[in-house]
Amino acid sequence: MNKTPGYKGLLAVNLSARAVNRGLLWSPYLWLLLFFLAPFAIVIKISLSEIVLASPPYQPMFNWAEDATQWFNGTLENYLFVLRDRLYLYTFWNSIQTAAISTVLVLLLGYPMAYAIARAPADKQGLLLMLVIIPFWTSFLLRIYALTGLLNTHGVINNALLGLQLIDQPLQLMYTDFAIYIGIVYSYLPFMILPLYATLERLDLSLVDAASDLGAGPLRSFVDITLPLSLPGIIAGCMLVFIPAMGEFVIPSLLGGAESPMIGRVLYDEFFLNRDWPVSSAIAVVLLALLLLPIALLRHYQAKEAEQ
Amino acid sequence: MKKLPFLVCVLIFGYAFLYIPIFSVIAYSFNDSTLMSHWGGFSLRWYQELFNDRQIREALLLSIQIAAVSATFATLLGTCAGLALARLRKFRGRRLFSMMIVAPLVMPEVITGLSLLVLFIALEKFAGWPAGRGATTITIAHITFSMAFVAVIVQARLAGQDQCLEEAAQDLGARPLSVLLDITLPLLTPAMLAGWLLAFTLSFDDLVISSFVTGPGANTLPIYIYSQVKLGVQPDINALATMIIAIVALGVTLSAWLIRVRERRIECQTRY
Amino acid sequence: MKPFIQFDDVSKHFGDFAAVDRVSLDIEEGEFFSILGGSGCGKTTLLRILAGFEELSSGRMLIDGEDMSGIPAHRRPVNMMFQSYALFPHMNVAKNIAYGLKQDGLEPADIDARVTRILDLVQMSEFAQRKPRQLSGGQQQRVALARALVKQPKVLLLDEPLAALDKKLRQNTQFELANIQQKTGITFVLVTHDQEEAMMLSSRIAVMNRGQFSQVGTPSEIYENPQNRFTADFIGSINLFEGNVAALAETMMTVSVPAIDECLTAPAIPDVNIGDPVCLAIRPEKIWISRQAPDTEGNTILTGEVVDQGYFGNLSVYRVRLPSGDMVQVSTQNRVRSTERAIQREDEVFIHWECTSAVVLKE
Repeated sequence: MNKTPGYKGLLAVNLSARAVNRGLLWSPYLWLLLFFLAPFAIVIKISLSEIVLASPPYQPMFNWAEDATQWFNGTLENYLFVLRDRLYLYTFWNSIQTAAISTVLVLLLGYPMAYAIARAPADKQGLLLMLVIIPFWTSFLLRIYALTGLLNTHGVINNALLGLQLIDQPLQLMYTDFAIYIGIVYSYLPFMILPLYATLERLDLSLVDAASDLGAGPLRSFVDITLPLSLPGIIAGCMLVFIPAMGEFVIPSLLGGAESPMIGRVLYDEFFLNRDWPVSSAIAVVLLALLLLPIALLRHYQAKEAEQ
Repeated sequence: MKKLPFLVCVLIFGYAFLYIPIFSVIAYSFNDSTLMSHWGGFSLRWYQELFNDRQIREALLLSIQIAAVSATFATLLGTCAGLALARLRKFRGRRLFSMMIVAPLVMPEVITGLSLLVLFIALEKFAGWPAGRGATTITIAHITFSMAFVAVIVQARLAGQDQCLEEAAQDLGARPLSVLLDITLPLLTPAMLAGWLLAFTLSFDDLVISSFVTGPGANTLPIYIYSQVKLGVQPDINALATMIIAIVALGVTLSAWLIRVRERRIECQTRY
Repeated sequence: MKPFIQFDDVSKHFGDFAAVDRVSLDIEEGEFFSILGGSGCGKTTLLRILAGFEELSSGRMLIDGEDMSGIPAHRRPVNMMFQSYALFPHMNVAKNIAYGLKQDGLEPADIDARVTRILDLVQMSEFAQRKPRQLSGGQQQRVALARALVKQPKVLLLDEPLAALDKKLRQNTQFELANIQQKTGITFVLVTHDQEEAMMLSSRIAVMNRGQFSQVGTPSEIYENPQNRFTADFIGSINLFEGNVAALAETMMTVSVPAIDECLTAPAIPDVNIGDPVCLAIRPEKIWISRQAPDTEGNTILTGEVVDQGYFGNLSVYRVRLPSGDMVQVSTQNRVRSTERAIQREDEVFIHWECTSAVVLKE
């Protein structure tokens, strides 16, 4: 028992299982504290500062050197500015609307697809799922770029429609809300299909059989049995689409028009073009606050899933 | 399925929607014309231009470097985090820790990017490190958000795995550290590999966070592509997209084939 | 002589729930000891306490005179065979078995020799290079046994070792297990919910219920002389008559059973008084059934009507309704191919048993 040859010698130190696990914990913990939590604290701090023309372009909030009575330079000015300005309010509203509409569209396409995959012969399901996931592994940016090739005034769709003589003039597809919807549906479809597939695949088919045995038609048994039982998957999928779509930057910036701004793009412009760090920080905090409810919903349903 | 033509139609429509843009990019990458509007005949000229483009080559190399380094660190840190979350039921700050693990999965990229940039600026001012921004800051940013994905994969794998294997090793006299190295980690290898690949892809793909935390001269491939695409359709980007698609498709087919071969072999051995 | 394994007032709580509740038990060296009980009775927790996977909430547990508190699983002189076998999927059979020996720092040549020997013992030599998933359930079971045995532990713990096998294989393996235990002389502690398995293998059995032992004894003690209702009911089937002590003599006692309006006689038990509520128990195979009145002296005789009859080949089981409505189960061996008319449903029958066959239970 006492001999410990080879590399085992290094392990001769008697650590308890708990000590080993604790040892594993501290490095990711410290990393996240420094690179995830601390940045948020700084963003909140900047959002409470006044803008100055300097680098970095904001007032330090704590000014120890000066008069002790005036050490706190915090201000809610930036939040008031963001929440009073019609343009910002419209942008927030438009982002919610766009994300919500796109989420519904993704669900409308994703649900029947997930359902069809879950009901396909067992040996085909792997391939069908793989086909959904493959585009996800190729570059997101390049896929959005591929869409511009389709939607352009001289793109594939317009050329096809013109060629079939269905239209006389090219349609304006790019730089519209329609293009944004297409972009979001296109890039987030896998996020909807995968959780839906997971719930639908687990769903006991004999329940549906039982419902039809008791006299329910196909539609009735779908509405009464399948739909309620797949609700956790629906909510998880919708949140997985809605949350990132709210803050989306690439899609509105490449496909969207100027008249329907999205918050991610506005934040980016405010930060880099106007160099107004306090206001963009305030926008980030408001955006995060708006997303807290959907994030809580997602966590709740994911925890439920994990229990099963 | 034969009874449900509606579902078949949906599948066909869905897959067409997913793949038509991809195939059109592939097709146009061989188009001799500069315009997307007409077919100028088959040509490899865009591939030639791509290979001669020094900027793309440099951006590609930088992206691969950042992706490889950040995926490796993210896998190390994420595996530690996943293990700790799955195995330590109670510790101080567990709620905060699990929140910090889950949050990056859904955090809008603009927020992550913005907050990391202000952190880097503050760090530079007060600690003098990292001096300026570029590949290092991008790598750190990518590690931070992709380790969360690795942690979730590892944790899910551990949750599905029978803990009695570790107990069995312990029962046979293995110390906790040996159990970790002999049993837990080898069984986690597939999950860690999947995590590494995902982290690599996420990093290789990332535009928004990189644009926030990058500095002069550090143009990753997505940053370069974005700047080009903003100017309009670029035929050599078609060629680049085609090559990335080809590599992914090859990788997926290869891994599917390997899994199949492995299963066949085991089946044969079991039968006799 | 000191007992080999000693549980001294041991408890294990999970939150408010007492999985093991103030249990004391001695196990001798070389015993084949079984802990028998239904799911959730605490038997697996007790085994995990022995292995070192659970810490005690209170009490002491000693192995070979040494207090095990604070000694982690990897330094205990016990090895376990897991219910799921817990074979390491990334190691082949030989490596699985060698793993425990490597932890002890043995010489490679020594390890090889011992692995070869144990593979021989469990007849798995030709599968040494296979991975666990390439083995059948029975083969995996042998490897798990070999892996635990090869370290020559002082105690081998077996957690439902045969539960995953089909019935035929299970019976054969039972004999093998008993054989190996005799050959090696290692103390075996087995946890099972299968009473036949426990009866067949064990030198002693502890019947467990709600974290406590309801009875500890040899298989025949437990079957023939159950001390309480739980043990009587859990092992085999039994007929129970509720009543009160009516009369007490030196060797026999009488229990009045209001439900059937009869006084039944049984061997006396200590520490009861007239009028105490008790329960008279009689096993189905100890009852005779006939259509004619029996001419035996001193037997308990009741009459009733057959309401159900089950034919199992080697034996037949009848359910007889007494005039009071109570049911009595009777089983008979089909020892000869009967030529006379068999007892059928709705037959009026006499049932009777020797008074010494009955047992009186206090609780």
